Amino acid sequence: MLTNRSQAVAKKEMTLAERLYLPAILHGLKITVSHFFKKKVTIKYPEEKREFSKVYRGTHVLKRDEIGAERCTACGLCAVACPAEAITMVAAERKKGEEKLYREEKYASVYEINMLRCIFCGLCEDACPKEAIFLTDRITPSTFKRGENIYGKNKLVEPIDKPIDISARQTQAVLEFKKHKEFAHNKVYTEKQLPNKH
Amino acid sequence: MVSFITYKLILVIIVFLVSLLIAMYSTYAERKVAAFLQDRIGPNRAGPFGILQPLADGVKMFMKEEIIPDVSNKWLFILGPCIAMLTACMTGVVIPWGGVLTIRGHEYPMQVTDINIGILYLLGVVSIGVYGIMIGGWASNNKYSLLGALRASSQMISYELAMGFAIIALVMHTGTLSVREISEMQTGWHWNIIYQPLGFLIFIICAFAETNRAPFDLPECESELIGGYHTEYSSMKLGFYLFAEYINMFISSAVIATLYFGGYHVPFLGRFVHDANALAILGSVFLFAKIFFFIFFFMWIRWTLPRFRYDQLMHLGWKILIPLSLLNVAITGILMYLTGRIH
Amino acid sequence: MTLYLFYFLSFLAIISALMVVVSKNPVNSVLFLIITFFAIAGHYVLLNAQFLAAVHIIVYAGAIMVLFLYVIMMMNFSKESEPSKTKLSQIVATVAGGIFLITLIGALHFYDVDMSPGHSDPGAGLVGALGKVLFSKFLLPFEISSLLFLAAMTGVVLLGKKNNDNS
Repeated sequence: MLTNRSQAVAKKEMTLAERLYLPAILHGLKITVSHFFKKKVTIKYPEEKREFSKVYRGTHVLKRDEIGAERCTACGLCAVACPAEAITMVAAERKKGEEKLYREEKYASVYEINMLRCIFCGLCEDACPKEAIFLTDRITPSTFKRGENIYGKNKLVEPIDKPIDISARQTQAVLEFKKHKEFAHNKVYTEKQLPNKH
Repeated sequence: MVSFITYKLILVIIVFLVSLLIAMYSTYAERKVAAFLQDRIGPNRAGPFGILQPLADGVKMFMKEEIIPDVSNKWLFILGPCIAMLTACMTGVVIPWGGVLTIRGHEYPMQVTDINIGILYLLGVVSIGVYGIMIGGWASNNKYSLLGALRASSQMISYELAMGFAIIALVMHTGTLSVREISEMQTGWHWNIIYQPLGFLIFIICAFAETNRAPFDLPECESELIGGYHTEYSSMKLGFYLFAEYINMFISSAVIATLYFGGYHVPFLGRFVHDANALAILGSVFLFAKIFFFIFFFMWIRWTLPRFRYDQLMHLGWKILIPLSLLNVAITGILMYLTGRIH
Repeated sequence: MTLYLFYFLSFLAIISALMVVVSKNPVNSVLFLIITFFAIAGHYVLLNAQFLAAVHIIVYAGAIMVLFLYVIMMMNFSKESEPSKTKLSQIVATVAGGIFLITLIGALHFYDVDMSPGHSDPGAGLVGALGKVLFSKFLLPFEISSLLFLAAMTGVVLLGKKNNDNS
């Protein structure tokens, strides 16, 4: 039984009280008026925010590393993993002197996510070998034009001075993986140690 | 003579403005009540508690694009909402909004006019109100509008009969057609609801049907008829139709309060307040309290009961309410004979 | 004041009555007929017969004309569905109308109308007086007309009932 309020259905003659309908109407009025005084479920959005789950998947962020270089290497694995085909990118080669901007020798000159297509499944995040893309607890705001929903790098890459916290998204397995400093993308660089060999 | 005319003019303007104001805030109240009955909080952005929402809606209505369909009958298309609004505003004049104010020896009754056939006037204006809907629906040249208009007209005619019979029983009991005299008779606890419970029940059901309110809102039944008779209307013409509905609701509430719930009389009030003017003003306040309760009741019913099916509506009107109201007339007559009020 | 009102209402009644006949669109005809009814109701009020005026509006303008309008809207008359008018039918109609007009004029001519105002009790049109007259002097015609209504209602019920033999 799915509910404790189920009733057996039987087709029988209605009694006079039932056929008058008025008792039933009064009963209905009682039910609705009882709701009049109940606690309201509305959350007044900009002032109050609904509590998010720890692993809430909202708008993406493209992370930078410790010195502020973009982590993304434009490998395209996120685009392949994406079931909604929302991600497109154009790869470019890092020039000399851009080491502080891009961590790897290859980077994404254009990186776009179509937020109308995105289903916020988080597969891009799983696919990323460089820990570059993460889904955050930020809401994707609605827009007046369709075009505004295609997010470019200007909206996706985190600002240098205001890094976006994604620690809630890093599960135990991710943290375990990050301990292995021998993997290239886990190495912590300082500005002096910048790898500048091609 | 001149002061008499200015006094009547001021009274008419006050009644008109109050009707408009209450209709305006009825739209707000409707949304708030709907929200509260559904565990929501309703409009709360325009001003504190959303109190300026009706103004915002009004501005929106005025600013919207005005569309008159090419194939419509232009004059009648404009005439429709005019009639709806006109008849809605006309009913307020015979309702006694309060007792008599005495200022510097002059008596000022708070009623625009006390014609000796006040109830018939009400019925007459209500019966004309259907033209606004019919003309608008037909002039739109749209099958949904036409169906809505036809539904509205047949519904209103059907329920007018039962309403008329309910009023006949009331008139038999009170012995007058003047709304003021009926109101005057209900001092203390002698409210007509006590003498005419069945009549009241029939009357209030018919009032719901006459104002096209749920559960009798078939003329504008969204699920089958889009918007019903006002499908093609936009901008302030649509606003007039919607507004007329709310004014009708206010007036119906006022009529119910006046005819069956003692009007501006409150039991035992005379024991505490002795000044006649204060008593008259307090009476008006209580009349409005009664009216607001009935407006709330209209909304309460709307958000409780589902809409009737069309055959159920006709069945209720013709096969239940009319025989019941005839029975009520007969019972009233017999009781009056037994109590020796007629010979 | 009353005289001007009388002229205005008479003018309105006659003009809209003419428009009922002249206007091509049947819906417009009905609407003009309603205006005519209103003008006549106004005359009743001028004669201090408020009850009659109110009932006139409720019954004629409020109920019967709504049904008229209802039927016309349902039928959706237009130029195509108009019955053809042959020369013969036009001539016959003119002759018949003319004869009717002559009869009316003749009847009015030989009937001595008392035009003097205030020859009757001003309270005669009020509800109380009307009721007393209806239930004393005109009791029989009143009851007979109610019987007529009953017969009409019974007929409608009979017609409206589903005919089981056909199915």
